[in-house]
Amino acid sequence: MASAVATTASSPQAYLRSLARWKPIEIAFWLATLLPFALVPNYLSLASQIAIAGLFALSLDLILGYAGIVSLGHAAFFGIGAYTAGIISKYGWGEPISGLMASAALAGLVGWTTSFIIARFRHLALIMLTLGFGLLLAELANSMSWLTGGVDGLQGIHTWDLLGLFHFDLYGFTAYAYSLTVLFILFIVARRLINSPFGLALRGIRENWIRMPAIGAPSRAHIRAIYTIAAAMAGTAGALLAQTTETVSLDSLSFERSAELLVMLVLGGAGRLYGGLVGAIIFMVARDQFSGTTPQYWYFWIGVLLVAVVTLLPNGILGGLSNIAARWRKT
Amino acid sequence: MLPPIFGVLFDGFAYGMLLFLLSVGQSVTLGMMNFINLAHCSFAMLGGYVTVLLVNRYGWPFFAALPIAFLAAALASVAFERTLYRRLYRASDLDQVLLTIGITFISVAAAAYIFTTAQQPLQLPAYLRGSLSFMGLDFAVYRLILIGIALAITALLVACLEYTRFGAKIRAAVDNERMARGLGIDVDRAFALTFALGSGLAGLGGALAIEIVGLDPSFAFTYLVYVLIVVSVGGLGSIGGSFAAAAVLGISDIAGKYYVPQLGAFLIYLVMVGLLMWRPAGLFGKR
Repeated sequence: MASAVATTASSPQAYLRSLARWKPIEIAFWLATLLPFALVPNYLSLASQIAIAGLFALSLDLILGYAGIVSLGHAAFFGIGAYTAGIISKYGWGEPISGLMASAALAGLVGWTTSFIIARFRHLALIMLTLGFGLLLAELANSMSWLTGGVDGLQGIHTWDLLGLFHFDLYGFTAYAYSLTVLFILFIVARRLINSPFGLALRGIRENWIRMPAIGAPSRAHIRAIYTIAAAMAGTAGALLAQTTETVSLDSLSFERSAELLVMLVLGGAGRLYGGLVGAIIFMVARDQFSGTTPQYWYFWIGVLLVAVVTLLPNGILGGLSNIAARWRKT
Repeated sequence: MLPPIFGVLFDGFAYGMLLFLLSVGQSVTLGMMNFINLAHCSFAMLGGYVTVLLVNRYGWPFFAALPIAFLAAALASVAFERTLYRRLYRASDLDQVLLTIGITFISVAAAAYIFTTAQQPLQLPAYLRGSLSFMGLDFAVYRLILIGIALAITALLVACLEYTRFGAKIRAAVDNERMARGLGIDVDRAFALTFALGSGLAGLGGALAIEIVGLDPSFAFTYLVYVLIVVSVGGLGSIGGSFAAAAVLGISDIAGKYYVPQLGAFLIYLVMVGLLMWRPAGLFGKR
């Protein structure tokens, strides 16, 4: 009798622990992210942008993939982070890590404020509200051109050496090391969150947000929490981009940015920790290859990708792969 | 003598009628099937480009090109509905949003490829370019005709919905889709027809819009936002709601640009977010 109680009491913990265990393929993935330093040293600035896009996609995955909040305006937080880091640096404080913290804090604060509204709506009204907030912010940045530089972009950003030691070089060596480190740290945070009871509650909210309070999980409070965290993470990604490229343009707040982000995440597979990262790698490399020849038609291929993913690969590339793996294991 | 505010009101109302034509189809189809179609304005853009092609290249009279714009958009929408959309009626919001954003991206790139990204000029006949003077104010003939067309279409739509058998089926499907199915109404068929009609009206709106707002490949995204505002503020499935929302939006947009130009589109988005927070189902929405 006592042993039965012990097993039922320990099984949820055991389940969560089994989720949290590092699999060999994950370790291999993170070791592989170091390969660009050795193999393609000329593409390190692209690798840095991929790491940033991956972090941004991860932040959307937390709210969209796990909590089921469809957002068409997630670029708002990316843009807030980018402009905060850029403006701090332009007015004389170019220290990267404190700039990153400040950007994350401001994006998180805005996320927390709007989360009270976000948590009250679902379906079309939610999509429209996130779209509306994104457009509102883009328009605000456009009209406050004395602060943001308007359509010309924010000029005059200078990022100081990282930790006072590493200069941000032309080849993107420091930039990639910096972005990758931040991505890895925040990935661990996200992984810890998702493999916790809180993460399980989020998945419950995604499946049925009305039923969750009945088993003691306050849906709205959880949505507010994860929305704030995702906003801070997106702000960090924006700040990384501003600091490593030393420019910020209005484009970082645009609807197209939010749409591209959705493509990355869905391509990789929403609701999987690595979905955003895999999607970002494929998307950014493909864009680098395709847009070199015909930049204005790049969106054609994004569109085709979207239609193809929705109709053929409903769970993204990782979902498709795990289906194949499951079938292979069965036979 | 009339004060200039009437000129602003007139221009705003004409603009609002344009938005109404663009969005009424979206409102009814969204109300019926809950299908979030972000590619709606791509069909409008198609109507615009068909008109430009017919009038500028083949020398068709403007009014002869309008029905063709309607038909082209309606036929294209049926093709998409049959092949892609209908698989996703029961799918999640996210899948619908992704599919239709994808189609919009494709249409924007295709338009840029075929017609370049430049604004398309439209040669209108002389009698459409003039204006009528009334009590010291000039009223553009084109805008008067636009308002006339929009009012006629509204009357026709309301009459169809209220007094025909087909209209009754649509109202039943909007009010309660499952119950309508239970009563033996072929909702899928009614939806396909409504979808074609709505896209056709969008195509007509796109054709009429060229003279007022111009036409370039970004049309599909720029006006999508306006359409969504009209639909969500007006309330799903409500023609009267769309009409009122479009008129208010058109007038406030033109008035905002006239009196406080430095705010740009900011005011419109603010009004939209505020209204949505106040009444998520729209001003005239039931749900």
